Amino acid sequence: MLKRILIGLAAVAIVGLGCFAALAWQSPISPIAPPAKASFSPVLITRGEVLAGAGYCATCHTSKGGRPYAGGYAMNTGFGKIYSTNITPDPETGIGSWSEEAFRRAMHEGVARDGTHLFPAFPYDHFTKLTDGDVSALYAYVMTRKPVRASIPANTVPFPLNIRALQAGWKLLFFRPGRYHGRADRGPEWNRGAYLAEGLSHCGACHTPRNMLGAEKSGHSFAGAVIDNWVAPPLTKENPSPTPWSEEELAAYLRSGVSRLHGTASGPMSPVVHDGLAKLNVSDINALATYFADVGDAAARAEETEAAIREALAASRHGIGLQYDPAARLYTAACGSCHYNGGETVNPLRPDLALNSAVNLSDPTNLIHVMLDGIAAAEGAPGIVMPGFASGLSDADIAGIAAYLRATRTSRTAWPDLENKVAAIRAEHEGR
Amino acid sequence: MTSFTINGRAVSVDVDEDTPLLWVVRDDIGLTGTKFGCGIGMCGACTVHVGGRATRSCITPLGAVEGANVTTIEGLDPAGAHPVQKAWLALQVPQCGYCQSGQIMQAVALLKDFPSPTDQDIDAVMSGNLCRCMTYVRIRAAIKQAAAELRGQTQNG
Repeated sequence: MLKRILIGLAAVAIVGLGCFAALAWQSPISPIAPPAKASFSPVLITRGEVLAGAGYCATCHTSKGGRPYAGGYAMNTGFGKIYSTNITPDPETGIGSWSEEAFRRAMHEGVARDGTHLFPAFPYDHFTKLTDGDVSALYAYVMTRKPVRASIPANTVPFPLNIRALQAGWKLLFFRPGRYHGRADRGPEWNRGAYLAEGLSHCGACHTPRNMLGAEKSGHSFAGAVIDNWVAPPLTKENPSPTPWSEEELAAYLRSGVSRLHGTASGPMSPVVHDGLAKLNVSDINALATYFADVGDAAARAEETEAAIREALAASRHGIGLQYDPAARLYTAACGSCHYNGGETVNPLRPDLALNSAVNLSDPTNLIHVMLDGIAAAEGAPGIVMPGFASGLSDADIAGIAAYLRATRTSRTAWPDLENKVAAIRAEHEGR
Repeated sequence: MTSFTINGRAVSVDVDEDTPLLWVVRDDIGLTGTKFGCGIGMCGACTVHVGGRATRSCITPLGAVEGANVTTIEGLDPAGAHPVQKAWLALQVPQCGYCQSGQIMQAVALLKDFPSPTDQDIDAVMSGNLCRCMTYVRIRAAIKQAAAELRGQTQNG
């Protein structure tokens, strides 16, 4: 009897493995000689350049100080480090031997030319929505870049998670391939914004929380998440900014990196705006703004804006005159000369901290990053610098200023354990 | 190599990107009007403008100003006759003078945002610029005098 059960179990296991192997199997696509530049029309290449910008391909496929698109950028996933690949048309270390069919399969299905499954660190779960025409344009653009011979470091994903065939199981659970289908109950501008946001610009890759297996949680689109040790704020109506993200503010932020009512694009969002979306034309930026104003239900909160600005400007007057609170004095000396308190109107170049997203988020991480490291001229509001205070202020000083801002500029609950949080973020900056 | 514009002149310097801008401005570019005070961004003596905004150059790393427009006290006006500088002279604001280029740079930035500053506005913006000689009362007066001249220029111009 026992023998029979064992044989039965073994049979089930073998059949199961067989089925899984069949599921995981993807045929290789024959290598090709790298296509000549002349084989692509200049119009298609230019269109691909815009799309590559809007998809921030270079942001992840370029290592710090490395050649564009030559890969090697380390992504710290919960499962180990995954290094981005070289997508220049070098035939040996890049994708020079990939036909357009192979490129399209990678974009739409997450499978490499040789048939191995790609990790979802490459957001093919978003790119699957791209039209064939857009994929062709992207192919034309990347295949006409200068080939760079550059091998990338080995990933540090441990066994057995590094078995790529297992990705077939992940796909079965979480991946729904298919092009973007427009919503008939929304206008063309909204649909264009949705196509860009959910597909090419893969906004959810950072702004949607992930489950234990690293997939974006269904039903929690744009609910906010932690990425690269920064907080990607919620883009839904849960966003804690005092004023709603209206179409106008979103468009200004996505176009220039500055929303006078929310702050500037810093941290990992800075290259998204300044190196990526900057390539898009105004109508596409406006389409993204239309879409996200709807995701955040900004229209329902429109009436709050004026009162919120009034309240913020009043709160900003705190700290003027003789102060005995050491944190208030630190704030006045270190911050007040730029973050002027007490203006009459909101000025985009006078960032008002009572309105700033980082001061209003439930997590102080973003504020601490900026206080320690500052914002370079190429980031945030272009041409303007916020110096970092890492070398000048102690953990206790930074924590004191952050707590002071939270208490005087918002009516939200105090952040717990601030000093340790500052120490941890400082250590992470120093380890970089 | 970091490239930026200083007082309208394009410069490229081959210095470690972590070097404070103040060091580069004084030692490499040779403009010594900007002063070193505390070195931790808490006194304002090293204030310059980056993109038109008052910025403490002692804690601003060189790498952060790549591509930016930097203005120092030497670049405010070719003849040193910016309305704020004229008001400073007319009211004999400085005593020892060490903090004054920072005070002037901060005041110029203040007047862009507050064309008619109240005492409270001045306190809010200028409190981060320390003066050991306690010239604060004259600083306030000079800012108001410069504001009047700047307003006149705007109306006439």
